[in-house]
Amino acid sequence: MFTPERSLLVAGFMLVANLAVAADGPGLGQPITAADLAPWDISVGPDGVGLPSGKGTVQQGEAVYAAKCQACHGEKGAGRPNDVLVGGQGSLPGDKPALKTVGSFWPYPTTFFDYVRRAMPWNEPKSLTSDEIYAVSAYIFNLNGIIKADEVMDAQTLPKVQMPNRDGFTPFPRTAKVD
Amino acid sequence: MGKRREPDGLEPVAGNGLLNRRLFLERALAAGAGGAALSVSAANAEPLTVPKWTLEPGASFNPYGKPSKFEDKVVRQFAPPANPATQGVGSSRTPHHLLDGMITPNSLHFERSHGGVPDIDPAQHKILIHGLVKRPLTFTIESLMRYPMTSRISFIECGGNSGGLSAAQPAVLNVQGIHGLLSCAEWTGVKLSTLLDEAGIDPAAKWILAEGADSQSVSRSIPLAKALDDVIVCLFQNGERIRPENGYPVRLLVPGYSGNMNIKWLRRIKLVSAPVMTKDETSKYTILLPTGKAWQFVLPLEVKSMITRPSPGINLGGQGYHEISGLAWSGNGKITKVEVSADGGKSWAPAALQEPILSKAVTRFRAPWNWNGGPAVLQSRATDDTGMVQPSRAQIIAERGLRGQYHFNAIQSWAVDEKGVLANVHA
Repeated sequence: MFTPERSLLVAGFMLVANLAVAADGPGLGQPITAADLAPWDISVGPDGVGLPSGKGTVQQGEAVYAAKCQACHGEKGAGRPNDVLVGGQGSLPGDKPALKTVGSFWPYPTTFFDYVRRAMPWNEPKSLTSDEIYAVSAYIFNLNGIIKADEVMDAQTLPKVQMPNRDGFTPFPRTAKVD
Repeated sequence: MGKRREPDGLEPVAGNGLLNRRLFLERALAAGAGGAALSVSAANAEPLTVPKWTLEPGASFNPYGKPSKFEDKVVRQFAPPANPATQGVGSSRTPHHLLDGMITPNSLHFERSHGGVPDIDPAQHKILIHGLVKRPLTFTIESLMRYPMTSRISFIECGGNSGGLSAAQPAVLNVQGIHGLLSCAEWTGVKLSTLLDEAGIDPAAKWILAEGADSQSVSRSIPLAKALDDVIVCLFQNGERIRPENGYPVRLLVPGYSGNMNIKWLRRIKLVSAPVMTKDETSKYTILLPTGKAWQFVLPLEVKSMITRPSPGINLGGQGYHEISGLAWSGNGKITKVEVSADGGKSWAPAALQEPILSKAVTRFRAPWNWNGGPAVLQSRATDDTGMVQPSRAQIIAERGLRGQYHFNAIQSWAVDEKGVLANVHA
């Protein structure tokens, strides 16, 4: 039953709600469901959250690499004209130029999946299937001696890959002043 | 040319002819005696004639202005990409030797892109806020324009700026080539905190992931505390809508933090409990130390300065009075002091700091100098309001070696020869 008293009460709530919005902004954000935002939610954290279903082998990755990656990254990840992807382990300490590759420098396997999925191949970003990304991840990890030739990469196995430089990073010692 | 004598107030305050900055404050030069004493010109000027532009009507109006045709050398500088197949990867640099003041014109603001400049229709663009929030939300550009706006003059500096100074031998570069990945503009937009509050922040959120709508979807993790402090979702740059190469139609300004974190073409903010460990916060923009370990999350650009004039290409026309001018900045706060040296750091004179002096913006400094026509090495050294003093090159090497690649903020040197020609040197 809609009484005048309830009407006043509702009006009072609405007034409070409107004032609360007005204090910060006009409140024009449009709600969106998890399903509807999924096409943009492409990031993968180091815990593997965000990895899609699918899988790929080293052998499958070799074919993906030859077709989609080799023109810029060289045979077997040797680099040129773009970044070297393989080798360089042991080159980080000292004062000579370091060879920073997926194998020698990248601390997380998920970063490789995340980056390839969002950005590679350069001329056709976001065009690889999940199976292709798992496969090319397996291929590059295997070339770097990080996984065996018969290992399969998927949402369960990939985050467990131990990158050689996993503990190679330390927070910047002078933290920012937040004023 | 007669022998010059030094009138009162024009005694050097530091080696090799550096004069007191009070020359500016007390207008001693304009008052006559100072200017005459430091002038090396003796001959009379040519008789004046009336030029033709005074004798005929000028041009009419135009819808969008551009610089004088005589200023066509004032342009950004960029190298072709190493791989011709990847156009749009790389950067273009601000010509600081040809500019003055503290604001970088929009057409000359430095550019850095990893996958070229996207052609975004603002009517179709949205930003998404989701993750550890009560209500995932999208915002159109039209709706963002209705939010309360704020403006801030802030520098943006690429994390790789001045990396050329890491070379063992001094690179043959001018100020544009060395320090040109720094610019300063007035940025206007909506506080990110306003939008995050609307979405409702889950207490478990500690970081945000910010992501662009470019082909590379460049992404960085930013501490939530910073996001709530002073980060702006920007729509305007120096009063007009942001230029495409600087993030049109919407970008983040993360004041004082590494340039790569100021995500252009912003499309997504995800609230997360820990950093996502993206490519640009692991394999890039980390500083490899001689130990083999690398500093990660090197967030603020630390205190730094550069002399923009004189500098290579802007050589000294003759001995006598010159103004040494440049910019100083700190991602941690305000500049409190800039000193200049004309003898390679043996002695220092305080420069005059030009108002406004703003936190996380560039500050213009000026110092009067009486060049005696001999060799000199010009340096500037800035201090910020946290007390941090810009380090020497030797201090940087001792702390992190020369392989750090990013956030190189050492004192830099211009050598002056007897002809008044300047060059980058390690001193």
